[in-house]
Amino acid sequence: MIVGEQKPFDEVWEMVRSFKKVLVFGCNTCVAICHAGGGKEAEILASLIRMKAAQEGVAMEVDHLAVERHCEPEYFTPVMEKVRTYDLVLSTACGVGVNFLSERIGTIPVYPGIDTGFFGAVPQAGVFTELCAGCGKCILHLTGGICPVARCSKSLMNGPCGGTNKGKCEISPEVDCAWYLIVERMKQLGTLDKLYEVQPPRNWSTGLYGGPRRVVLEHIRDLEEQDEKQESQAGGTDK
Amino acid sequence: MKSGSNLERVIASGKPAVTAELGPPMSADPHEVIKKAGMLKGYCDAANITDCQTAVVRISSIAAAVLALQAGLEPVMQMTCRDRNRIAIQADILGAAALGLKNCLCIAGDHQSFSAAGRLKGHPGAKNVYDVDSIQLVGILKKMRDESLQEGGDKLEVPPKLFIGAAFTPGGDPMDYRPYRLKKKVDAGADFIQTQGIYDIEMFRKQMEVVRNLGVHERTAILGGIIVPRSAMMLKYMDASVAGVSVPPALIQRMMKARDAAGDDKKKAKELQEAEGIRIAVELIRQVLEIPGIKGVHIQAIEWESAMPEIVKAAGLYPRPTFND
Repeated sequence: MIVGEQKPFDEVWEMVRSFKKVLVFGCNTCVAICHAGGGKEAEILASLIRMKAAQEGVAMEVDHLAVERHCEPEYFTPVMEKVRTYDLVLSTACGVGVNFLSERIGTIPVYPGIDTGFFGAVPQAGVFTELCAGCGKCILHLTGGICPVARCSKSLMNGPCGGTNKGKCEISPEVDCAWYLIVERMKQLGTLDKLYEVQPPRNWSTGLYGGPRRVVLEHIRDLEEQDEKQESQAGGTDK
Repeated sequence: MKSGSNLERVIASGKPAVTAELGPPMSADPHEVIKKAGMLKGYCDAANITDCQTAVVRISSIAAAVLALQAGLEPVMQMTCRDRNRIAIQADILGAAALGLKNCLCIAGDHQSFSAAGRLKGHPGAKNVYDVDSIQLVGILKKMRDESLQEGGDKLEVPPKLFIGAAFTPGGDPMDYRPYRLKKKVDAGADFIQTQGIYDIEMFRKQMEVVRNLGVHERTAILGGIIVPRSAMMLKYMDASVAGVSVPPALIQRMMKARDAAGDDKKKAKELQEAEGIRIAVELIRQVLEIPGIKGVHIQAIEWESAMPEIVKAAGLYPRPTFND
């Protein structure tokens, strides 16, 4: 899932204070699980903004709304007419949602209500940890299922640096050394010998460094196009 | 000869090599580098010029290395993977070689969060690079030198003739993997190795036994790291906080005894501890040099370069070898 955190309220207020009609727009998938931007959080944030507006004597209408997902058009298409009646949308979806809605909403600004962090998991209630960097070239079969790109502070490829301290990373005693975990895991699996080989410099272009990424599945796209064609033709004969 | 550096020649001669360390200043003033180089000159075969150690901005390693070279001290430029991608690394390597530098130590480099760990503000918000790691960096340098090829495969008309070094933290955990990681560095092309500071000789002996069983000591020159202790407080700090360094309680006790002998006299306590620190360093040098497979010592008298002559002389490592030509 994508993990995000609520922005400090003061920062949110600075963003919204000059608008008259604001919609706080939540997303009920990833950011709801991490209690940052689901329908419930959108509702609370809307109340906070209303209270602050009242305190500051600013006339402002603030509503809230949430849909299941902000990253596929069909989820927000049904509410777009309503969404377009506001002069600001404060989206509490992840950054993907903010971008995606901005592209489709027309001339209304879409501002971010949360800080989008990382791809993570929920090891226990209220704890979210980063486990994948989305680098575009997975090597987890070589590292015991533990990602050094995401979990080593230096994204090292050839084992732990000299900064490993009692199994923790040099940046903080709170952070596990990913390579310590990898070595221990590979021992358990009986595959430590995989770590004896030198891994050559990586091709990082599969990640963000290669420019914005895009995946196109020709067979799916063609099918969709055919369906759309048939539907429009069918519609034509009915008339 | 791979590089013809003084360090390579001393190692090839079979005599124990001595390297030292010179930290460039947080200043555009060249005189501090020149002054430190003057103190170290003649008491080591080459001196490492750190590359923004602890991620603190200082005169760059290459520039300070050239200043040291001009002052008559052979430098070992350090190159971290923290601040440069493979394009900048290779460009700097070509530049360094063109300026006459002959040794390069390849290291990952301290994370930028270190820069604000002490009294300094540092740059903890900086973006790090780590396009390649230290082992890959060693491989890049070797490919440039021996195959006249850039990492990407383009040809170099004149290759950089560098003596390639890497670091080894024998006491870092997971300890049983460390000798194998050292082997990877040597497989990648490390000509010499400088270890993290060693106080726990027993631990180092055991790790060196594994290293010898892997045959690594015959393919590279391992220089044992000595960090000259200056006070009981410093030893306690290193034991507790420096990754991969453990200090036996007996050594800490010795320093505390030296400190306590001065009573309330702070100046005397400093003197007594420094004298004891030099004695400890000399003992460690002798013990490290006795371990089979060790080809020399890397002595770090951090911000205490003036202690080097006494230490090197007392350890029986003076004068340093010279070569006629």
